[in-house]
Amino acid sequence: MTREKDARAGLLISPIENGTVIDHITAGEALNVLRIIGITGTTHESISVATNVESKKIGTKDIVKIKNRELLKEEVDRIALIAPRASINIIRNYKVWDKKGVEIPDRVVGIVRCPNPGCISNTNEPIQSCFLVQKKGLRCLYCDWLITKDITSHII
Amino acid sequence: MRHIIAIRDLSREEIDGILDDAQGIQARSYDPSALEGKLLGLLFFEPSTRTRMSFAAAMARLGGNFLSVDSVEASSMAKGETLADTIRVVSRYVDAIVLRHPKEGAARLASEFAHVPVINAGDGAGQHPSQTLLDLFTIRQSMPLGGIHVGLLGDLRYGRTAHSLAHALSLYNVTIHTITPKGLELPAGLATELRDAGTEVIEHDDLASAIPGLDVLYVTRIQRERFPDSASYFKVASSYQVTPELLTGVRDHFIVLHPLPRLNEIDPRVDRLPCARYFEQAANGIPVRMAMLLRVMT
Repeated sequence: MTREKDARAGLLISPIENGTVIDHITAGEALNVLRIIGITGTTHESISVATNVESKKIGTKDIVKIKNRELLKEEVDRIALIAPRASINIIRNYKVWDKKGVEIPDRVVGIVRCPNPGCISNTNEPIQSCFLVQKKGLRCLYCDWLITKDITSHII
Repeated sequence: MRHIIAIRDLSREEIDGILDDAQGIQARSYDPSALEGKLLGLLFFEPSTRTRMSFAAAMARLGGNFLSVDSVEASSMAKGETLADTIRVVSRYVDAIVLRHPKEGAARLASEFAHVPVINAGDGAGQHPSQTLLDLFTIRQSMPLGGIHVGLLGDLRYGRTAHSLAHALSLYNVTIHTITPKGLELPAGLATELRDAGTEVIEHDDLASAIPGLDVLYVTRIQRERFPDSASYFKVASSYQVTPELLTGVRDHFIVLHPLPRLNEIDPRVDRLPCARYFEQAANGIPVRMAMLLRVMT
């Protein structure tokens, strides 16, 4: 039982009636996860974030709860880049209605900016950035630039 | 619809197929009216002499015609039009597009918006597949590609021709030898990628000691703008000059290649040696580009 569910320790963040819980996020990445799924200060969702929560499974973890919004599989798969062990719980009436892991997609579109200043994707052309997900990292579809580390610093 | 954007997109079989076609064309075995009635759009948004002229010549020799834009100033891009829109419009005028552009990935973008095949004729510091194909073709005229030792000399950090060639050679079980000034080495990522693909990459500090072990020496320009001042450029450039004296004791079938234009990397006295093949290499641009046009336009 994690501390989150331990009644004696109190709940770090309260349960939600309906919505999505993203659990087992790599510790420290919760805010980046929100950026990737497009939740910013200007959106209206009610969000709870817990960071560096103890986890038996991965040591420490982050948790994000989004009230009244069920994230689609393709939306959450994008976070696999920075939180490959995350699990997604769709909550209905306080109960876990569906639970799934994340899968790294073949390509990520419009999420990461190409670090190469000479790349055509960094101009006013009507395209979104596109990276092929490869073993060694992310390869820009346009200029072949390979991002091997610190992917979060390149998130748009 | 078929595009030729990057050498990485081509399999060894596809490369061999284009080189075989080029060989047939060079032996005059082709239909000179194969592309009659077809129109090629040459969009060159960066300076080029050889590439533009040889694509135009290749098209003409196959009986086709071409339209050409030679600079950004002369096109609607000067008015701020995106490349995507230019391509959407031009691809309704012509049957194929050859594009040179200063931005990396421009040809890939063009292929997404074009209604006709796109051939990449160089995108910034990125890809230049027709150059690589004619480099391979020139080597193959002298020796089989499999298992040879190829030396890459010069600026391997920024030189796109060397990067593309290294990729292509990795398909042929070639050993790559690099000889570069300090700071202009092959990018670490590319060297790792080549090694992961099973290609042996050997780095040398000294040109003279590397040459006897090579079958091909591929020389590239050491770009002056990479050095802080003229003195440091000349110091480095002179130590990387290929001279007839360095080429004594080379292997029998050894050849020297250069994508041109050359500055001082090759002593003009080397031009008279039988191993100097860089002018044949430039001439090979015609049959290779004819083969490429036939691939995408028929």
